[in-house]
Amino acid sequence: MTSSPDPLKGYRGLARERLAAWGVRVWSDVRVVNTAGSTFEGVILPRSETFDDLHVVLKLKNGYNVGLHVDRVATIEEVGYREAHYKIPEQEFPRRDDLPAVTLLGTGGTIASRLDYRTGAVIPAFTPGELYGAVPELADLCNLTTKKIFGVFSENMSWPEYATLARAIGEEIQAGADGIVIGHGTDTMGHTAAVLSFMVQDSPVPIVLVGSQRSSDRPSSDAALNLIHAVRAAGEGPIAEVQICMFGPTSDRYGLLHRGTRCRKMHSSYRSTFRTIGAIPLGMVGREGFTILDPHFRRRDPSRRVKVDPVYDDRVTILYYHPGMKPDVVDALVDAGYRGIVIAGTGLGHVNKPLYPALGRATAAGVHVMMTVQTLWGFVQMYVYETGRELLDLGIVPLDNMLPETALMKLGWVLGHTHDREEVTRMMQTPIAHEITEREPHNGYLILQGGLPEVEEFVTSHWK
Amino acid sequence: MQDSIDYRAVGLKVGLEVHQQLLTARKLFCRCPAGLYTREHDGTVLRHMRPTLSELGEYDGTALMEFKTRKNIVYLLHRKTTCTYEMDDTPPFLVNEEALEIAVEQCLMLGCDIVDEVHIARKQYLDGSIPTGFQRTAVVGVNGRIPFRDRELTITQVTLEEDSCREVSDRGHLIVWRTDRLGMPLIETVTGAELRTPEEVEEAILLIGRVCRSTGHVRTGLGASRQDVNVSVAGGRRVEIKGVPRAALAARLVHGEAIRQVNLLRIRDELHRRGLRSADDVVSHVHDVTELFREGPLDLLTEARWRSWLESTGRRPGFEVGTGPFSVRAVRLPGLAGILAHPTQPGRTFAHELAGRVRVIATLDQPPVLLHSEAWPAGAGESLEALRRATGAGPEDALVVVWGAADDTETAASEIRLRVEDATEGVPLETRQPFPDGSTDFERILPGPDRMYPDTDSPPHALDPAHVERLRAALPEPPWEREARYAAAGVPLDETRFLIRRGGSRLVDRLVEEAGADLKRAALFVARDLKAARRGGLAVDEIPDGAWVGLFALFGERPVLWEARREIVAALAASPALEPAAAVRELGLGEPPGDWEARVLELAATAHPDHPDGSVEQRLRFLMGRAMRGLRGRVPAREVLAVLRGQLEVQA
Repeated sequence: MTSSPDPLKGYRGLARERLAAWGVRVWSDVRVVNTAGSTFEGVILPRSETFDDLHVVLKLKNGYNVGLHVDRVATIEEVGYREAHYKIPEQEFPRRDDLPAVTLLGTGGTIASRLDYRTGAVIPAFTPGELYGAVPELADLCNLTTKKIFGVFSENMSWPEYATLARAIGEEIQAGADGIVIGHGTDTMGHTAAVLSFMVQDSPVPIVLVGSQRSSDRPSSDAALNLIHAVRAAGEGPIAEVQICMFGPTSDRYGLLHRGTRCRKMHSSYRSTFRTIGAIPLGMVGREGFTILDPHFRRRDPSRRVKVDPVYDDRVTILYYHPGMKPDVVDALVDAGYRGIVIAGTGLGHVNKPLYPALGRATAAGVHVMMTVQTLWGFVQMYVYETGRELLDLGIVPLDNMLPETALMKLGWVLGHTHDREEVTRMMQTPIAHEITEREPHNGYLILQGGLPEVEEFVTSHWK
Repeated sequence: MQDSIDYRAVGLKVGLEVHQQLLTARKLFCRCPAGLYTREHDGTVLRHMRPTLSELGEYDGTALMEFKTRKNIVYLLHRKTTCTYEMDDTPPFLVNEEALEIAVEQCLMLGCDIVDEVHIARKQYLDGSIPTGFQRTAVVGVNGRIPFRDRELTITQVTLEEDSCREVSDRGHLIVWRTDRLGMPLIETVTGAELRTPEEVEEAILLIGRVCRSTGHVRTGLGASRQDVNVSVAGGRRVEIKGVPRAALAARLVHGEAIRQVNLLRIRDELHRRGLRSADDVVSHVHDVTELFREGPLDLLTEARWRSWLESTGRRPGFEVGTGPFSVRAVRLPGLAGILAHPTQPGRTFAHELAGRVRVIATLDQPPVLLHSEAWPAGAGESLEALRRATGAGPEDALVVVWGAADDTETAASEIRLRVEDATEGVPLETRQPFPDGSTDFERILPGPDRMYPDTDSPPHALDPAHVERLRAALPEPPWEREARYAAAGVPLDETRFLIRRGGSRLVDRLVEEAGADLKRAALFVARDLKAARRGGLAVDEIPDGAWVGLFALFGERPVLWEARREIVAALAASPALEPAAAVRELGLGEPPGDWEARVLELAATAHPDHPDGSVEQRLRFLMGRAMRGLRGRVPAREVLAVLRGQLEVQA
């Protein structure tokens, strides 16, 4: 529960002056008559600071909001005061001896929330009691414990948070959790899943990242179903790896379990945004349980000892190569002190010739330069063309079919261990969690092309 | 059951929410084309709706009800009409400026005060009619009034909002929607609850329609305008009759709802008399009587019959069919004897009120939805007696029986009780669906303001006062002024209103202003001649307005062409790109043939009616008809007549 310390929250300039002069404030229940003689009755709402300073926002009795220009207000009268109290009703989360213990770690994304109808503010529901109120189905799946590790937007997650999260996971596993769920914003969920695959190894239980593409304050949200799927995957699922659990199709059908190192957000807003790249998903999770798609996974095994290794060097970056790129970009990164650069190269792993001297200077300065492909699918192959061989001679390390973001996460983690060139190269090229695979199955690359008759036939006869 | 009613005595109050689609190229929050409908689909999405907790941790009543129904919601998509926005897989784009401008114009026509800053809100709908689970809507105008009868009608507010999906089917737990209409811009005009009779309601709907259509910036045709009609009587409560397509039907529905509310109040009084004064006094006992009816004699209540009904109507487990084994449940309602047979609307009883809730909320829709003790199937009296014994029902108790999937019958039993509890208060707040005979059935619990919240995806939109004033200056005259002006020129009111409704009055005014046409002649030409031509199958609506102006200019120059207007209209309709002057030339009109008098005289000498009665008038009519075939539009009819008359008089 928060009580706004500023009685004119969000109002600036003229609007703020006028509100003060009228002796009303945010949450004042007012009766306004404007210069045209129209009457508005409602509550003054806080205003976003990014909006202009000329209007006052009123929540009318019928639920609508309108903005009134301060110059058009003829009279304003405070008839009451109704401050919003943000509080989520809690119900005790029921416990059953026959259900697995699942710990939900919160990082800041809202997987479940309550909406304040007056302000539109979304208040995250997080404690088991709050979650039980929002998604009661969870009680049939597990005994839930929740821990809020930190509250940041997905795009603000970074190395210190990764390390903290990895340690927290280790502690929960030590404490006997049968599975871990991590609530996470979707934008950088792939990055977090990748880095956790390196920082938390040999987990005896599933570690499942989950989020939502439609916020949980909407009736059509994917949040509740994603959470149900994730809790099921963590509590009952057989796969003891770091994985992402999000919608398979955009329909409310099933979730897909993606391996943490091979998964990428592929659409800015679709529910079915996460796709496994260069492989197939580990499995499906739905109302009826699990369908394993890739049998080569690490099974749940309570006797296995988890290894937490939360080290990092955050002086790493991705260089997304484009035609016309100038060498000064590389020099600038070296000058700025970066110790690792992952290039997302064109085609099989290429950059233009003018960059070569700069890349040579970078490796000579001890910077570790890795090569991945911006096509996302397929392998780096630097032996086919002479240009590729020249890059290898410059000390650039090819990373096969490791995704660029996964490579970045792994490089930061590896540089937390060593800066020895040979050791860095060895560690980068030795897969830990399928970040490099030996083979690409032919169904590991499937982007159905809309418009083709056979694809249209498929799309028309299956849930989207 | 009374069919007539003194509306004033029962305190009838009606307010309207008139929905009118706007004529825009694109939808309101995405770039899909507006006004394009399809019958096919090339994609399907399956979704569910989950209520979100509201301010006090309570669910909005409607939301809760709609969650109880546990509907599987299917959307039919077609890529021509739908993008990822309608699928709720892309956030909204900025609001369509064209739609906003038309909405402001409509508000001004309705005498509204325009809000300074438009805030887009989300209005929750969990029935699936909108895939997001809410409709984006915003108040644009408030505090309007328009002349109505001898007083003014208050326009409480006008909102700009996105249209919903079209329902394809609603069977059991599966509801199917088509998404083509979804997202089209419309305005909702809300009036004060000031209408007092069904006639006033009909008149007000038509009036608002004429006001909206005066600008030519709204859609017309099937489904382009619909209204929700809010009805109450003294002691009753607001009931919303949703999606009424025609004004005349609205009048019938208002009448039916007034009678329904009066009857529900009588039922309330009777319940109070029986000691059921509030919800707390209502008792219900639910019995699983599946075994009792397993072997008949009521075929309807057997699992075999239910299964064959499921099969014959193509209902699938997991989609249409609910969960649990087949079950028959009886609800004993102590003290309710006779109440279920109490009439409500014409041809309906209180049992229909229960059936409505069971059908919608428990999704048990196998006809007749339920059986009850007050109208037990004929010839099955023994089974009712057995049921009474099994449930311990006395003569003062009523019994209701529902059947179907176990979970649904459980929901049904609790809904029956809730509806009886509502009856102790009279009229429940409901949204009801209309039928052509003027009756209604339950659609959902009437939602409250709790389901409104700001759309965090859309920024507020300040309206530039200077732009609003420019729109105000360019407004067409309101319909009542046009009606007065046309009446003064001798145009009948029916024709004037037809012209306003169908957009023809703007053309009439152009003909007068730009071609110097006589107002009455132009009005009747558009209202009658073009209407007749349209009915005759001519594509007159394809002809551009400029051509009509050109044609009336020709009428001014060569009045004789007026007499050949039908021929010219037909020629223009056949090739709409044709210039009127060219059409006249091609038809050879405008110039009298040099020998026309000689031809008329020869005709008079040689042609005779088939059955002459010897009168001059008959011969004249006959000869005129023949003569004008080649001369209409070339020689004025009165000149031809004069020549013929002169010749006949000579012959006589």
